[in-house]
Amino acid sequence: MRGMNPEAGEPPARIYRRHLESGRLGFQRCAGCGAAVFYPRVICPVCGGNDLAWETSSGRGVVYATTAVYRREGDPYNVVLVDLEEGFRMMSRVEGVPAEEVEVGGRVTLRLDLTDDGPILVFVPGGEDS
Amino acid sequence: MSLRGKVVVVGVAESDLGEVGPGFTPLDLIGQATLRALEEAGLDKSEVDGLFSASAYYHMPTLSVGEYLGIRPRYSDATSMGGSSFVSHLLHAAAAIEAGLCEVALITYGSTQRSGGGRLVTGSEADPYEAPYNPRYPVSMYALAASRHMHEYGTTREQLAEVAVAARGWAKLNPRAFMREDLTVEDVLSSRMVSSPLSVRDCCLVTDGGGAAIVTSAERARDLKETPVYLLGAGEAHWHRNISQMPDLTVSAATESGTRAYAMAGVGPEDVNVAMLYDAFTINTVLFLEDLGFCEKGEGGAFVSGGRISPGGELAVNTSGGGLSYNHPGMYGLLLIVEAVRQLRGECGDRQVQNANIALVHGNGGVLSSQVTALLGAERAL
Repeated sequence: MRGMNPEAGEPPARIYRRHLESGRLGFQRCAGCGAAVFYPRVICPVCGGNDLAWETSSGRGVVYATTAVYRREGDPYNVVLVDLEEGFRMMSRVEGVPAEEVEVGGRVTLRLDLTDDGPILVFVPGGEDS
Repeated sequence: MSLRGKVVVVGVAESDLGEVGPGFTPLDLIGQATLRALEEAGLDKSEVDGLFSASAYYHMPTLSVGEYLGIRPRYSDATSMGGSSFVSHLLHAAAAIEAGLCEVALITYGSTQRSGGGRLVTGSEADPYEAPYNPRYPVSMYALAASRHMHEYGTTREQLAEVAVAARGWAKLNPRAFMREDLTVEDVLSSRMVSSPLSVRDCCLVTDGGGAAIVTSAERARDLKETPVYLLGAGEAHWHRNISQMPDLTVSAATESGTRAYAMAGVGPEDVNVAMLYDAFTINTVLFLEDLGFCEKGEGGAFVSGGRISPGGELAVNTSGGGLSYNHPGMYGLLLIVEAVRQLRGECGDRQVQNANIALVHGNGGVLSSQVTALLGAERAL
């Protein structure tokens, strides 16, 4: 490392990646205002604080919005926005049901998939009340 | 200090539109539109001292445009926030003119995306937290918003289709519109699905096109030949870049940009005779009618139904035929201004809105990300 970076620490994206590779969905919680922060960053976008602690999501969420993306060949695939119970939202997909049958408001649970491109966090239908 | 009535649009023009053929560059279309707008304004290129542009082709757009046209501006603004950029340029030009930093501003844009391959040309980077799921940019993002609006408010695909049908109704009255064939709600519903609930007829065109607008002070405009169209008010707002960061997919930052524009202009939605709303997708029109106060949140679907925004309906919306049927050259915001100005001058022939005194121009950019609203008025609206 060159120059003076006494407080830089580990890059947020790298910490997220470490969580992902161990099968966890990492997010940040602001010590100042309590906001759940995702994607990871070095400043809280709600209060401006810089004390962001890492937590692991339970993986329980609700589908906020959904679309089925059509291609020239093959079945459509699904893209969703999921609201996690800790209070943040992420893009993902729901697997295990046809793309068009994913419903807004449906409960989903996180699952780690290993692909040729590396690990990816997806969701499957179902999940108990939190 | 208010900018109300301080600056005037004195010339507008389109470039050649639709499919201009191989070989033309986006700068060629900018050149065409600029020549026509200057001619209309009765101004010489040498009088332009403020330059405004945005582009998916040129990394430093005002530098490329200035070089091509041979313009050496003393004020240069390449604000880039997607299709709304050019409405933003209108506000920024007004501020610069009022501050004395320039006197004659040229806002211009061009794209050859249809002749160049028929796909949207975009400089948008992939977001690392969204890219693994392969949303199709930008349609999937608008589809997500549509799905949420349908869930919360019971909006239907038929109601979204009404937006496309109304736009086509206006396009049939516009000789420059790209698609003028008959279109029914059933046609929209049965067209190829792209990213549900949006079918190909819920999506804007992919066309070549460009435009130019010349803006100057009200004082300078007194010496010019063209009927003046005044900027009454404008406002901008943005809350997110990526769709996964949009706080509520049924409420855009148009709620703020609109409030700011109305406040500056001293008017409300009830005063608007023509509403030019950036219709990249059918859901846009529904959202912006709500967010700009033409109806309550959640009532946009009903508002657009039964031909109420078609020719002869209750509110004249997207009278050119819009991005859905007239032209959408990647970024469409400048063409909203062109149509609004022509409506206020009474130049729109078969699609002319009677007694058009006030036009609302609303630009959208990114994925419902940037929102910029402007109110334009004829002299009698001052």
